[in-house]
Amino acid sequence: MMDATPRDFKKFTRKSLPRVEALAQGHRACQGCGEILALRMALKAMGKNIIVASATGCMEIVTSSYPQTAWEVPWIHVAFENAAAVASGIEAGRKALMRKGRLRKQRTTIVAMAGDGGTADIGIQALSGALERGHDFVYICLDNEAYMNTGIQRSSATPYGAMTTTSPPGKLSIGQHTWKKNVPAIAAAHGIPYVATASPAYYLDLMNKAKKAAMIKGPAYLHLYSPCPTGWRLAPERAVEISRLAVRTNIFPLYEVVDGQYILTKKIKKPKPVEEYLKLQGRFRHLDKKTIQEIQDRVDREYEALVQKAAVAEAEEESTEEAEK
Amino acid sequence: MPKRVGIEVSLAASEAACAADVDVIAADPVTPQTHIVEHLSELVADGELDAEFMPVESEHSAMSACIGAAAAGARTFTATSAPGLALMHEIVFIAPSLRTPIVMVVANRALSGPISIWNDHSDIMAERDCGWIQTFAENGQEVFDLIIHAFRVAEDPEVLLPVIVNMDGFTLSHVIEPIEMLSASEVSEYLKPYNPQMVLDPREPITMGPVGVPEMYTEARYQAESVLNGSKKVIVKAWKEFAKLYGRSYKPIETYRTEGAEVVLMTMGSVTETAMTAVDRMREKGIEVGLMRFRLWRPFPVQEFRRAVKGIKALAVVDRAISFGAQGGPVCSKVKSALYGAPDQPQVFGFISGLGGRDITVEMFEEIVKKAIRYATKGKGPMYELIGVRER
Repeated sequence: MMDATPRDFKKFTRKSLPRVEALAQGHRACQGCGEILALRMALKAMGKNIIVASATGCMEIVTSSYPQTAWEVPWIHVAFENAAAVASGIEAGRKALMRKGRLRKQRTTIVAMAGDGGTADIGIQALSGALERGHDFVYICLDNEAYMNTGIQRSSATPYGAMTTTSPPGKLSIGQHTWKKNVPAIAAAHGIPYVATASPAYYLDLMNKAKKAAMIKGPAYLHLYSPCPTGWRLAPERAVEISRLAVRTNIFPLYEVVDGQYILTKKIKKPKPVEEYLKLQGRFRHLDKKTIQEIQDRVDREYEALVQKAAVAEAEEESTEEAEK
Repeated sequence: MPKRVGIEVSLAASEAACAADVDVIAADPVTPQTHIVEHLSELVADGELDAEFMPVESEHSAMSACIGAAAAGARTFTATSAPGLALMHEIVFIAPSLRTPIVMVVANRALSGPISIWNDHSDIMAERDCGWIQTFAENGQEVFDLIIHAFRVAEDPEVLLPVIVNMDGFTLSHVIEPIEMLSASEVSEYLKPYNPQMVLDPREPITMGPVGVPEMYTEARYQAESVLNGSKKVIVKAWKEFAKLYGRSYKPIETYRTEGAEVVLMTMGSVTETAMTAVDRMREKGIEVGLMRFRLWRPFPVQEFRRAVKGIKALAVVDRAISFGAQGGPVCSKVKSALYGAPDQPQVFGFISGLGGRDITVEMFEEIVKKAIRYATKGKGPMYELIGVRER
């Protein structure tokens, strides 16, 4: 299998971090917002030769309140559920204009961005369509695990047991009673060249994945862990800490899917118990021991399945080499 | 000289978009719009049209992609029909606000339910306040010409609004008519390449579609209303220039044999030609009847309308949609409100007919006229009437 990673891809290092900012200071995000942090990192990595199509959501309202804008790159917002479709139109329009000689030939990264509601729920059809059509664009899902902009309502990306304003715990409810939808796997199922998960606690990893996604031709999907202190009932200064814990507990594993191959980008030798992650957040405060154990078992199982998938890919690679010898 | 050829009207619509040298087409198939996009995809596949054909997964994404493409500076076209139009409803309202000059053909079809693939105007009447310029074609030639005209008006720097060209599903979209087709080079005299005022370009970043806070929203809506009303000048001027170049002249409101008419029928779309036959027949019998139709529906040509009805005693407005619970049809309601306060108003009688593909025959138009004459003589009639409905 061919690796989609471009030959001229060079990783950022601590010493070669880009100074460029697409998003100006002075936006209206909440204190300690992990979403805008993840977004800023991704944008820094992709540079200023980009066009952004944004879904309705926190990132849209905090950056674009007319007559002000935090955007120093071209940016468009149309509606909640259609960021991928708008981005695909931008890409197609520019492609036609360049072919017809009315626009200077140049590769510009087209970015679609949406929250988990705009991705896993209402926007999944537009996302699937754009991935299937094979447009050259990067889709960024900023996953803060609920509809935060409208007031912390559950989405299909809200984790099991979490309290939201529409999944309240009660006599008959533990809170969110469904398991988080695996959108990266859905994106990968489209056979696109690049899918990756990333966390702002591992900023080099996040930025390198964003850079790679922008360089790869064809659709790329980035799923960014985006802690929301406001919605998660988390201390604002703990956004980065919780991002790290999500990875160290295997709740949010970091991996890439390059041309269909799963590659773990962070292997956790001794994962921490999920309880350490859950107990920092008010949204899980009501969970009892039994439910926490249930979550632990599910996380272990899912992580194991991911490792197996990644391992299978490696095993196949080895057997191919055997055959070539 | 342009060639006059026998061609299916849907295909002529595609040829018009092709002659306009569109850059992007984004569409999802929906009956009876399908032949338009099928033919466009053929034109692209054969290299006759250099465009990106985007077979999107829904009309919602079709309109979203059109907005993206237009915002990137591309000439953009789409086509749809009732369920598709209803699905894209949310985005239809956003396109004018972003000043994206998209051209859309709506092959008019009845809205569900019950599901009906056949023609009426319920789909477009549900979008009448969407902020787009809207025209109605009567025949295939008009479909072709109005599409070319639509691009010219939409992209005018004083307008920059999207335009809907309405054509009746099946009764117009699927018939073969003799049409004078203009070639791309003939059209290029009338329609210059799109020169967008503002585009999404990294060299000059702009922010499009920001949040409209209460301090700003009213002003944004006021602008949308002003520019749409102001577009009428450009629309009319563009029709005049079209006439000069190609010899076919168009006006916001067309009249037929209205001189000395006691009653005037008001129609939109392809039933107009049937109504003309009815007018001819009744005129032969000595009944003083004429016909008027709206070619321009939005912006509503209120001054032209008031002028056109001067001296007319009664109007029989034929709606092809029901405005549920409003005791009438949307066109009749608009006609009444446009006349309110005008001196020497005609009496207005509303008729609803031709729903979900049911024909409106010459005889039905005759019945409508007779009723209108009777009501006008009495000085009153019912709020509205459904013509040809079976109650059992």
